Amino acid sequence: MPDNDEPILVADNVTRKFGGLTAVDVDHVEIPRHKITALIGPNGAGKTTFFNLLTGFDETDSGSWTFNGQSIANMPAHKVARLGMVRTFQLTKVLSKLTVLENMRLGATGQGGERFWRAPIAALWRGQEKANTERARELLKRFQLDAKEDDFAGSLSGGQRKLLEMARALMVNPELIMLDEPMAGVNPALKQSLLGHVKSLREDGMTVLFVEHDMDMVRDISDRVIVMAQGKIIAQGTADDVMGDQTVIDAYLGEHHDTDITEERRTSMNGPTETLEH
Amino acid sequence: MTIIIDALRAAVSVEAAYFCLTAIGLNVQFGFAGLLNFGQAGFVAVGAYGFAVAVASFNLPFFVAILVGLTCTAILALFLGIPTLRLRADYLAIATIAAAEVIRLFFGASFKEYFNGRDGVTGFSDAFQGANPYSGEVLGFRPGDFWVMTIGWILVVLSSIFLWSLMRSPWGRVLKSIREDEEAVRSLGKNVYSYKMQALILGGMVGCLGGFILALGQNSVQPDNFSSDLTFIVYTMLILGGAARIFGPIFGAVVFWAFLSLISGILGRLTEGGDPVIPSWLMTDDQVGSVRFMIVGLALMLLMIFRPQGVFGDRKEIALDAR
Repeated sequence: MPDNDEPILVADNVTRKFGGLTAVDVDHVEIPRHKITALIGPNGAGKTTFFNLLTGFDETDSGSWTFNGQSIANMPAHKVARLGMVRTFQLTKVLSKLTVLENMRLGATGQGGERFWRAPIAALWRGQEKANTERARELLKRFQLDAKEDDFAGSLSGGQRKLLEMARALMVNPELIMLDEPMAGVNPALKQSLLGHVKSLREDGMTVLFVEHDMDMVRDISDRVIVMAQGKIIAQGTADDVMGDQTVIDAYLGEHHDTDITEERRTSMNGPTETLEH
Repeated sequence: MTIIIDALRAAVSVEAAYFCLTAIGLNVQFGFAGLLNFGQAGFVAVGAYGFAVAVASFNLPFFVAILVGLTCTAILALFLGIPTLRLRADYLAIATIAAAEVIRLFFGASFKEYFNGRDGVTGFSDAFQGANPYSGEVLGFRPGDFWVMTIGWILVVLSSIFLWSLMRSPWGRVLKSIREDEEAVRSLGKNVYSYKMQALILGGMVGCLGGFILALGQNSVQPDNFSSDLTFIVYTMLILGGAARIFGPIFGAVVFWAFLSLISGILGRLTEGGDPVIPSWLMTDDQVGSVRFMIVGLALMLLMIFRPQGVFGDRKEIALDAR
């Protein structure tokens, strides 16, 4: 892991159009290394689309971006993941019919037993499998899922699925872990423990980029906040900076949220109108 | 009594071995990898024809011809997989069922000097039967048939062992995960496209072994052997036995084929003679062939209602889908 202060991810002029709608139009963004960065913005701002583009799950119309200085623009998703940039999903994708432990084992990269010609001969991969299993058990313990290792992943609760997905992503040994709404649908008690887990990722030397709506979480754990609205990045800085930023408030509440409705004569409310939770 | 013996003979017949291999191949694609291949008949046809023509028209040695058959099937899998495996699952289903029909019609109508139209290819099993160790009748089977059965069941056992060893490995785990959720697997750094291609080729090649057994068993290959009925019968067998289980396709093929023979035996007995048990206004003996499929259909409906996971399936797994 290069130990320097260069940003881990740098993206330039990334655009994605769906027909006439420009979903993402990002001029320049840098994700600082060893930090927790939050990507926030009102619904439909293009956060998840931007995530999909960066991780190879969608194709851009234009743009370039580098990970650790290496260009990974429009690289297939599995190659991006192998480089150490791993994502989770807004709607959790656990493999329901595999056990929790099998889900974890799947995450390990570079498995010899995943090659067709080596797979039939167990002696060629048993040792590696054992090492992976040990690492998987450690991670499950850390995420308090160790009691569930033989259960089908489909039998877990929503919050436990989030934990499993995060733990599974760690099996890839990522440098940058990208969490798409890790708090969505998680009960308040589990939220606290999830917060702790995300912070511990930074302590382990990883970089975290996450999309979130929960402003409590954003304020609590992020070192840096990037705000997107209508596909563009409109503000960056610390949580307190961006929350005081007028363009951000306008993006969330609409440009005329603080003017009396009767004063609005010729203008109509056409901005995003979702309210900020705090 | 003869009805039951006939059913038991059907259970181990050349046809049963042939269906077993075809179903085992489909199990790799549909059962483990979740690929909707509706053209298994096409894979079997290409393999069987490749082998038959290589011997009959080009006088190639037996094992070279086997390699030709397997290679043809692998090429077909590549050909179908390259454009469709990147798309949603439904497109593979559409492409494969269409391809299987095209292949059948092609063998029936083109290159008649090689394929002989609807009469099919014959005269390629001399080398195989020349190696036949049996001389007299064995268990009431003709020696030629019994030799094909022997090889057929050996292939069933060998391919099952091979698949078992694959499916318990990390390779098999990736395949099963792809069936569940491709994107999750991709996000963990696995090349999903490559695994799906491997599964499609492997399944096609195992099905192609079934094609060899059919060809050697009936000493000919004809286009009508490979209609889309074949694919659906094989799906039925697979679901009956339990998809994504090693024993599923074997059990399904054997039981289905024996059951079919049992029903036609019983129906034949009930409709024969001057005063049949089933009155002739309801059913005559020349309708047995169709009615048996109606009864099989009914049995399958009951199976799907009361045991949707098949005989070897795990009910817990099926129940998870409801969430």
